[in-house]
Amino acid sequence: MTDIPFLSLAIWIPILGGLLVLATGPDRNAQMARTVALLAAIFGFAVTIPLYIRFDAASAAMQFKELAPWIAHFNINYALGIDGISLWFILLNAFITIVVVIAGWRIIQSRVAQYMAAFLIMSGLMNGIFAALDGVLFYVFFEASLIPLYLIIGVWGGPNRVHAAIKFFLFTLAGSLLMLLALLYLYNVSHSFDILAWRHTGLGMTAQSLIFFAFLVAFGVKVPMWPVHTWLPDAHVEAPTGGSVVLAAIALKLGAYGFVRFSLPIVPDAAVAWAPLIIALSLIAVIYIGFVALAQTDMKKLVAYSSISHMGFVTLGFFMRNQLGLEGALIQMISHGFVSAAMFLCIGVLYDRMHSRQIADYGGVVNTMPKFAAFFMLFAMANAGLPATSGFVGEFTVILGAVQYNFWIGLLAATTLVLGAAYTLWMYKRVVFGAVASEQVAGLADISAREFLLLALLAACVLAMGLYPFPFTEVMHASVDQLLEHVAAGKLTPRP
Amino acid sequence: MNFVAPELYPATAEILVALMALALMLATAFARTLAYALAQITLAAAAFATLLTLGADVNHTFSGTFVHDLLGSLLKLAVYLAMAIALLYGRAWLAARRLDRPEYYLLAILMTLGMMVMIDANHLLTLYIGLEMMSLSLYALVAFDRDAARSTEAGMKYFVLGALASGLLLYGMSMVYGATGALELPVIARAVSNQSASEPVLLLGLVFLVAGVSFKLGVAPFHMWVPDVYQGAPTAVTLILATAPKLAALALAVRLLPGGLSALAAHWQTMLMLAAAASLILGNLAALAQHNIKRMLAYSGISHMGFMLLGLLSGVVEGKNGLAIDAYGGALFYAIAYVLMSLAAFGMVILLSRAGFEAENIEDFKGLNRRSPWFAVLMLFVMFSMAGVPFFIGFFAKFAVLQSVVAAGHYWLAALAVVMSVIGAFYYLRVVKLMYFDDPVDNAPLQAPAGVQVILSLNGLAIAALGLAPEVLLALCAQAMRTSVITG
Repeated sequence: MTDIPFLSLAIWIPILGGLLVLATGPDRNAQMARTVALLAAIFGFAVTIPLYIRFDAASAAMQFKELAPWIAHFNINYALGIDGISLWFILLNAFITIVVVIAGWRIIQSRVAQYMAAFLIMSGLMNGIFAALDGVLFYVFFEASLIPLYLIIGVWGGPNRVHAAIKFFLFTLAGSLLMLLALLYLYNVSHSFDILAWRHTGLGMTAQSLIFFAFLVAFGVKVPMWPVHTWLPDAHVEAPTGGSVVLAAIALKLGAYGFVRFSLPIVPDAAVAWAPLIIALSLIAVIYIGFVALAQTDMKKLVAYSSISHMGFVTLGFFMRNQLGLEGALIQMISHGFVSAAMFLCIGVLYDRMHSRQIADYGGVVNTMPKFAAFFMLFAMANAGLPATSGFVGEFTVILGAVQYNFWIGLLAATTLVLGAAYTLWMYKRVVFGAVASEQVAGLADISAREFLLLALLAACVLAMGLYPFPFTEVMHASVDQLLEHVAAGKLTPRP
Repeated sequence: MNFVAPELYPATAEILVALMALALMLATAFARTLAYALAQITLAAAAFATLLTLGADVNHTFSGTFVHDLLGSLLKLAVYLAMAIALLYGRAWLAARRLDRPEYYLLAILMTLGMMVMIDANHLLTLYIGLEMMSLSLYALVAFDRDAARSTEAGMKYFVLGALASGLLLYGMSMVYGATGALELPVIARAVSNQSASEPVLLLGLVFLVAGVSFKLGVAPFHMWVPDVYQGAPTAVTLILATAPKLAALALAVRLLPGGLSALAAHWQTMLMLAAAASLILGNLAALAQHNIKRMLAYSGISHMGFMLLGLLSGVVEGKNGLAIDAYGGALFYAIAYVLMSLAAFGMVILLSRAGFEAENIEDFKGLNRRSPWFAVLMLFVMFSMAGVPFFIGFFAKFAVLQSVVAAGHYWLAALAVVMSVIGAFYYLRVVKLMYFDDPVDNAPLQAPAGVQVILSLNGLAIAALGLAPEVLLALCAQAMRTSVITG
């Protein structure tokens, strides 16, 4: 289709940009670091736009493919390509990178170059995860992306940042190393690390189940699924605003993406056999974590738990294996990328002014920050799944899929609409409405032009996706249908 | 008895180094300031000689006691490089402590010669002579700071335990000789595979051989000397101790076990399996509790050697050695990767030390990112590489050996290695945490000479570069094993 390697550009421009930012050196050149970072982020986003424009929505095949031998000794290739499932995540990631660079523009005053570079490098690595078609290439990007996030949480995070950073790193490392063993096993069976070829590698039920559980640990930790979710609230609370944004908007999607790219197509029979387990865990995440979110007194923690609950929806959608569920889950992932990013930015706006994340310290913010209150309202509604926002499309479609699958599961899943509305709007009410809580709140300044720009950008995305989701779903159909057919056919006959 | 002059060509490098060692010995008496330069020239010349004689064919000389092959050449080149870098890093450190004496370089060169002989041995006695030459030089080096109690104590400990291990090895060799009637490794290999040797004697000998090899590699349960000696030895010597001898010890293991006794693989693989599992568990758990960075790196070294054994023990499956090249090649790759990382890690310790101050505690790395962002990022490379995180060479080292373990079907061992890697990641992360998350306590500027800083930078960058492009080295390691072990 084209000779320009857009995917490679999407991966390496941010990484090289990050190295360039590092070269600006100490903090006295901070302004230069910021400018270079912004340019790299914008340029990195610009090269992803042709991916959407030139994408052939009718085809389920991988597009923009690139292939070059990397480590011939183990038959490892630098193989890239995207289908309708991965396309939007690359765009989302590149977009969020711009948001993060702007969000950290003023707040970050120490080690600016390192901060910006960490985000840019991470953005490139994450694009690599979404574009990789080789198992080892995927794994390498998957793990390497831990390093910048570890540093971001640990260097620029809150008071308990060390604990959070190390917990985050070890949890994810433990999961991904098990995945490495599964990848090695697949290599020994198929003599290839080609993810697409693995779809057709014959595997017995025992092997499939073991691989399935290795993937489950790796991706489940990353999603995160109940009961391995405990690192997320810690990491979110301690991370700087930019870190929380990337964590919620992109990093959580990696695990879910792994389920679609690895678990479902490579071990379809095990995925079918163990689907009830995943569905049960997902429902626990949706309902139980929803209640946990209700009890939070810290805004960031509340949104972190709400993320876990929303991601439970995503895994639920995947493992019901019908078109509504799977597409709804994918839309939910993209929507959650926008909405959670916006929620964390809003909390960041408040935190920058008050240095508190406690709901109790606020009240009556609308009196002093009306513009902010309006934006926050929109995002809170989107988080609760109000129609005409992006949150509604995904949740509603997954619920439809769930009802199709089993009425009672659909009913349980639908409780999220109540719970989500309860914890989000109750928080909103306590923070924004009511009497002005303190002198400090009375003295708050409304959002600056820079903050306005950020929130307006995200608001536009949230509304656009809520009102006209067609561009998002259009590209997915072919790939999703093919995946579902593949999972339905399975590898074993007769199916155990 | 007619005398045939042996062919000297395959041993060019050894002869050169031996002659240069004599020159160095003279220098210790007459030109004491030249010793360092002479040592470096020796290593460079030896590298040149080895490169000149590099080839894929296998040559034997000195009545079959000596072999010249690709495996030997590759290992020797790695040894020269490790020794040259170690001498460079150590020099200023030694000078600041008035230890920069020519005898140091003489011992280092003699030790290099010992390692070369070990690497090129094709005969049990050649192997033993090389080993002793290396070990005796090392004992003296460990005790080199003779006025420091810790250094002499470490030297004594190392000597006593090392002598015991040499004894075990020699005893094992005598039993192998008793059972097969041969000392030449290929002859032993033939005798063992023809089953013309008495098996019980052979197996008893094998136990002693494996014990001796394990001691020299520093793997559990023969690891007790490692932390004490690493900590007690002058840091410049620890740097030597933790790098090149590991390559020589790998050569010892490869020449003896897959080379000479591959027919007994089922037996020694089981022994190595236990040693590897014990090293992985003990090395990683004990490293968690360390405050001294030299001790931490010692325990981490034990776990790394355990990891390397994973490659050695998965070559032969059910009597077939179809996986052997990749497995042994993986172990060789691991050893080279470990030496590179270890050089950089101890190089950093030396970089942070200065006259009157030893950066021996992990806490001394606090706030390095504020003192020197460049060296902080290099140390970050080293730590993540040791933890096995991509894109660094340490990841592909772990990848290569894990691949052979999985291919051999030892899933429980692979799972254990993986779990222990996660535990191990914690103490590497702690160093990164100190460098990046904490503020410096000590704000003294780094004082290392420019040469050290440049080479240390290249060393750190090589860890990243080889992680991005490991193909050439991986292929070379496999090629070396293909020409040497399987046909040899």
